[in-house]
Amino acid sequence: MAAALLGRKVGMTRIFDEAGKNVPVTIIQAGPCFVSQIKTPDADGYAAIQLAAEDIKPRRSTMQQIGHDHKAGLSPKRFHKEFRVDEADLGGYELGQEITVESFESIKFVDVIGTSKGKGYQGVVKRHGFKGQQATHGVERKHRSPGSIGGHATDAGGSGGPKKGKKMPGQMGNKRITARSLDVVAIDKDNNLLLVKGPVPGGKDGFLVIRKAKRLYKRKHRLAQAS
Amino acid sequence: MNKQDIINQVESKYTKDEIVVPAIGDTVDVHCRIIEGSKERVQIFSGVVIAKKSSGISFAITVRRIVANEGVERTFPLHSPKVAKVEITRHGHTRRAKLNYLRDRVGKSRRLKDRRRGLKHASVK
Repeated sequence: MAAALLGRKVGMTRIFDEAGKNVPVTIIQAGPCFVSQIKTPDADGYAAIQLAAEDIKPRRSTMQQIGHDHKAGLSPKRFHKEFRVDEADLGGYELGQEITVESFESIKFVDVIGTSKGKGYQGVVKRHGFKGQQATHGVERKHRSPGSIGGHATDAGGSGGPKKGKKMPGQMGNKRITARSLDVVAIDKDNNLLLVKGPVPGGKDGFLVIRKAKRLYKRKHRLAQAS
Repeated sequence: MNKQDIINQVESKYTKDEIVVPAIGDTVDVHCRIIEGSKERVQIFSGVVIAKKSSGISFAITVRRIVANEGVERTFPLHSPKVAKVEITRHGHTRRAKLNYLRDRVGKSRRLKDRRRGLKHASVK
């Protein structure tokens, strides 16, 4: 079983299952990926594999990257990502090995990691769901302000400044997000497509990392155990 | 292959080969599969098509009928397995793509005239 896959988001649609139920799905173009480096405890201090995906024009790459890919017998690749694996599993990988969506066939639930859509610098109403202030009753030009950010009491701030982690305005989105335990709805081996239930982070064409779900919610855990 | 082609290709696996696409203003019988426990039966919802929306696998029609003097509207995604069949029983004459004005009509005025144009070859009993 592969550690992970690299892919791109294609878009969303819906399908109907056997019971006629509507299932919202995201289509992911996953792989094929290639093993570009194997890290061993002897040489590197830990066990990991590096996957590479998607061809790139050599002039768009760098000499260092081209050389790195060449060592594994690969043409220049755009994405490289390292994944920890068990030391015992290292024998299952070799340089230049192709990993396709086929290796995810027996997997029911996956985590999808991507970069969320950037929303820019946002206030607390949009960013954290604060209610803001009243529209009337003498509220003066601060209808969407956060209000008090801490008083004298040590628990709510004070003692030299607002409390650490206080929700405030700032950059929203454009951040690494993991969507956990998404159902794998279907796999299309011929076209390297992976269909997962529900949305995944980021816009269309966004770069995604797909891995086996690290931990499952109780209901899904039971489902996985039953089958 | 661009992104939309990929989406179309995935959708094509789940869409029905053929669906009956009624025109706006048509009176239709929609046969819906209803599953009660282990039994399955077909229920017919008949009314006037007042809207079509979306495309591909999401294509849906909105059907309006009057039940006990109360307007009832249902939207049917025609590619859903729960829609067994759509039968066109009458063609209505309309000049709009959305018949939302029917919602404000009461009594006789909510009826549509029979369509005259383009019916030479229509095979509706």
